[in-house]
Amino acid sequence: MAGARALGVLSRFTSRRYALFIGNNFRTFSMAPALLARTHVNYEVKGDVAVVRINDPSSKVNTLSVQMQREMTEVMNEVWANNAVQSAVLISSKPGCFIAGADINMIQACNSPEEVTTLSQEGQKMFERIENSPKPVVAAINGSCLGGGLEFAIACQYRVATKSKKTVLGTPEVMLGLLPGAGGTQRLPKMLGLPSAFDMMLTGRNIRADKAKKMGLVDQLVDPLGPGLKSPEERTIDYLEEVAIECARGIVSKKIPLRKEKGRMQKIQDHIMSYGFVRNQIYKTVHGKVMKQSKGLYPAPLKIIESVKTGVEQGPDAGYLAESQNFGELAKTSESAALIGLYHGQVACKKNRFGTPQKEVKTLAILGAGLMGAGIAQVTVDKGVHTVLKDTAVAGLARGEQQVYKGLNDKTRKKNITSFQRDSILSNLTGQLDYRGFENADMVIEAVFEDINIKHAVLKEVEAVVSPHCIFASNTSALPIKDIAAASKRPDKVIGMHYFSPVDKMQLLEIISTDQTSKDTIASAVAVGLKQGKVIIVVGDGPGFYTTRCLAPMLAEAVRVLQEGVDPKKLDGLTTSFGFPVGAATLADEVGIDVAAHVAEDLGKAFGSRFGGGNVEVLKTMVDLGFKGRKSGKGCYVYQPGLKTKEVNPDIGDILEKYRITPNPAVSSDSDVQYRLVSRFVNEAVMCLQEGILNGPLEGDIGAVFGLGFPPCLGGPFRFVDSFGADKLVEKMRRFEAVYGNHFTPCQLLLDHANDSSKKFHK
Amino acid sequence: MAAMMLNAMRRCSLRPSWAMRFGELSSNNVFSLSVQTKSKKTLARPGVKNIVLVEGVRTPFLLSGTTYADLMPHDLARAALQGLLNRTNLPKDAVDYIIYGTVIQEVKTSNVAREAALGAGFSDKIPAHTVTMACISSNQAMTTGAGLIAAGQCDAIVAGGVEFMSDVPIRHSRKMRKTMLSLSRAKTLGQRLGLIGSIRLAHLTPELPAVAEFSTAETMGHSADRLAAAFGVSRLEQDEFALRSHTLAKKAQDDGLLQDVISFKVPGRDIVSKDNGIRPSSMEQLKKLKPAFIKPHGTVTAANSSFLVNTRHTHIQNDILIVSCFHPGRDFVYVSQDPKDQLLLGPTYGTPKALERAGLSMSDIDVFEFHEAFAGQIMANLKAMDSDWLPRHTWVGTPPMEKFNLWGGSLSLGHPFGATGCRLVTTVAHRLQKEGGQYGLVAACAAGGQGHAMVIEAYPQ
Repeated sequence: MAGARALGVLSRFTSRRYALFIGNNFRTFSMAPALLARTHVNYEVKGDVAVVRINDPSSKVNTLSVQMQREMTEVMNEVWANNAVQSAVLISSKPGCFIAGADINMIQACNSPEEVTTLSQEGQKMFERIENSPKPVVAAINGSCLGGGLEFAIACQYRVATKSKKTVLGTPEVMLGLLPGAGGTQRLPKMLGLPSAFDMMLTGRNIRADKAKKMGLVDQLVDPLGPGLKSPEERTIDYLEEVAIECARGIVSKKIPLRKEKGRMQKIQDHIMSYGFVRNQIYKTVHGKVMKQSKGLYPAPLKIIESVKTGVEQGPDAGYLAESQNFGELAKTSESAALIGLYHGQVACKKNRFGTPQKEVKTLAILGAGLMGAGIAQVTVDKGVHTVLKDTAVAGLARGEQQVYKGLNDKTRKKNITSFQRDSILSNLTGQLDYRGFENADMVIEAVFEDINIKHAVLKEVEAVVSPHCIFASNTSALPIKDIAAASKRPDKVIGMHYFSPVDKMQLLEIISTDQTSKDTIASAVAVGLKQGKVIIVVGDGPGFYTTRCLAPMLAEAVRVLQEGVDPKKLDGLTTSFGFPVGAATLADEVGIDVAAHVAEDLGKAFGSRFGGGNVEVLKTMVDLGFKGRKSGKGCYVYQPGLKTKEVNPDIGDILEKYRITPNPAVSSDSDVQYRLVSRFVNEAVMCLQEGILNGPLEGDIGAVFGLGFPPCLGGPFRFVDSFGADKLVEKMRRFEAVYGNHFTPCQLLLDHANDSSKKFHK
Repeated sequence: MAAMMLNAMRRCSLRPSWAMRFGELSSNNVFSLSVQTKSKKTLARPGVKNIVLVEGVRTPFLLSGTTYADLMPHDLARAALQGLLNRTNLPKDAVDYIIYGTVIQEVKTSNVAREAALGAGFSDKIPAHTVTMACISSNQAMTTGAGLIAAGQCDAIVAGGVEFMSDVPIRHSRKMRKTMLSLSRAKTLGQRLGLIGSIRLAHLTPELPAVAEFSTAETMGHSADRLAAAFGVSRLEQDEFALRSHTLAKKAQDDGLLQDVISFKVPGRDIVSKDNGIRPSSMEQLKKLKPAFIKPHGTVTAANSSFLVNTRHTHIQNDILIVSCFHPGRDFVYVSQDPKDQLLLGPTYGTPKALERAGLSMSDIDVFEFHEAFAGQIMANLKAMDSDWLPRHTWVGTPPMEKFNLWGGSLSLGHPFGATGCRLVTTVAHRLQKEGGQYGLVAACAAGGQGHAMVIEAYPQ
């Protein structure tokens, strides 16, 4: 859809750039050679300092796997036993990764919570020995230091980190429905104080090295080096090692104190925190915030608070025990399984399964400098692609260029890039009103008004000026690509690229290929999308493709619910409490009532009465009155600039009154309304798989969660069917069908799953 | 060709023995040169003008805030120009053009070349302009002059550089400037009062001239420290080089080799005739200093940096000017590279190119004068030139230390950004005369990731 905002829990997914748990599928090596020689952890004694190097030979990143842990224990035992060694430095040989976390497959392979608890306790023990090491251990961090890796680092006596952009620290476990299970919930509050520790663990966000230094998470920073006698990456690691060795010696000779002088603010904070009622107030506030955001649908944040609280109030023994037990419980929850599934899906959808395109897109032209067009320009221009933004009017072009500038300037203000980088990025953007230079474009994405005639007109204009290899992509949310391609001289070069608004925030890109679209065209579109940082699903052509087609029946149902007299606020409450980050009424406003009406009508024509429900006239009347949603200031709600709270639009009461339907009490309980909305969504998704629009259930889940805000805790429509039970869903749908007819008729594939409980979308 | 050069000579009324030749002599000039082992007898090419350095002088380099404290930049430039006139007995209308390099501009004298020329009594018919290119500004002044001569525009040029660090333009904050500018446009008393009323404490924070690279926001010392680390240059190596620079400079000063320095009567103060930044110390003392930029593990300290760049840490700066009257050749290059990680590698990139242009090899060069921004930067450049860093075909080896910066360098004499290039060239000229060599090479790095290298040939006796 033109606009679907992901808020709350979903937005936490959007900032993820680094892998926490990397599924390590390389388990083919036999155990025998592993016993003979260590493959993952090695060490070298340099004078009186043991340099322990971590390097997982089978993966791009280091993970705390069984093998890694065993070798680490062996190495540390040797270090402790070696009298010539006074201290140790822990460093990764991989550029860009210290330790990216625990091995997720190791956790998933466990059969019971108890097994996971044991796993957690082993980790706790190992890190406890590091923490109590008589010889100081310095963690030298370059690259991602996440999850278990961070817990390892904070168990060390001292931390040195490179200021590289790739160096990020964080505890992203919460985003997988887990908690930091190897002492993290116990050590972080002590190191950072309760507020910062909660913030880190509950948001799971990545912290850059300079911020980490300010917080006290690392003790010293090292600048990354440029090219010198070795490549920058290699030499930076060597340099980090040299500095860390100096630190280790400094700690042994007591030149570097391990206990830092606390600042006045820190002392005051500590003093305040020593009062039990202050701490209780913090627990309460944090708990309240979590409940408000997660609606209680996510158990992990609550368990994190519980583990921290137990440790602080009842001492470390109880704390560590609570942590490991909670970790075990969480690992076996359906929420965690759903979130881990999404994580795997996200990784899979960041790969180009169509191979490398013949020609890399170096110049991308965008038609239409509206919200979408400029948004696409925004995510393209900073990837080193020459971007041409074309509009038909000076005012529109100026607005679009300003949007791109603002996006980059905001990054400058947040110090993600320098003002110089901003300017040099912008030098890649050309704004224009004509087709000058289009002969150099490798791809043209049109983001003009959703009207087949206009689309045909621009397609013809573009084909008249571009070179033969140029790809024409349409950013349409509902018009079938084959209809657009009908006007093309080379339909093999025509493809759909459906972006979601706001483009710079929404991670999903839905690519639509027709029967005529060539493989290379798809590969090229996917390559561009990946460059733009998108999570990509490639779907077949058809009215509404996948995402719009799923959303349309749900919105139709939402309109019916409104007609039945449910207040928009109540409707929003019902959807968000089911786990949607954005309520149905708000979503309609975000998408635009006019767009929704347009889509409802189009898809209604294409799919017939199955897409009925609410009366389209409701939407049309709203559009006629100017209630087009957020963009016009009024929709289901009234939007006033500067005001965060929104009130229900008083005028829609009359419209709804005019189209009032009497609700059937048999299917109008809160829960029934929720399932009426969700089951139509899910049924349509399953039907897309049945019809071959979707390539597989994984892409279906990713598309629904990242594009439409399907509850992440349910893991997407297909995982929802698996965990909820197809039979139970069908049973509910039959009940609704009895009242409303074919809107709720389950599709064949769903019935197959209902009839055979061994059938699952996800194995 | 030669006539042009001699013409210039005549106008300068100088004995040719004083002149240094840049570039080439036409081949029909027969000079018997004593050095025969060179890969090229001379850089002179038929049909191409030679550019000759006639004389170079400079006022002593002083730490900032000392004797020059109350002067203005053009005063120093003026003194050097007068010194040049005195030393060469040049008539005041003998030159066709005057070019100066400077980095931090005094806003009142933004074309400092013109102000200085007028003040020094040069004819007001001689045009003058000012150029800027960070630490190689005066190199740019010289080569710009070379271009004018080569293009047949001029016969004689004065090129120089000036930098005055005892006073720098410190500005009001942008907010304050905005308010003040609006104030000048305000029409009514009400508007004025409103604007005055809008001034807050934050408006009063002054803006100092930036010490950091604009494109990367990194200070040069910080970059030098990273560069030294990238090339594995130790603190010891840097301190040793710094000590060498100061020791050699002291010796050169005591032996009276720094002939380019002229005495300067500072109004209201004494006559200054010596550089005052040369301070040979001991390795023990150098070892005690803490890193100045990257703390606590960096290797660049106040003592192994040239003292203009690290003003904040040493509180010493200097003010200088050199003027060289010369004619430029073609055997110079400018290079530029990544301003973040290769900020100070100009000499590494420039040297092979300049040698290639001149058709010479490293062993042909008798005298090397490299700009010493930081000991770590020099050592890193030497290591880079010695390593696989450069593509093999451009590899030329490293300058031998027995020919390298033998009279001290920017580390010990001081580094007034806008003037250092002239000092390097003049020093090469004087060293070639003193040591009897034929070819000299100048190389320097500059902010913005730029660099300069130039080959100079001794004028045949």
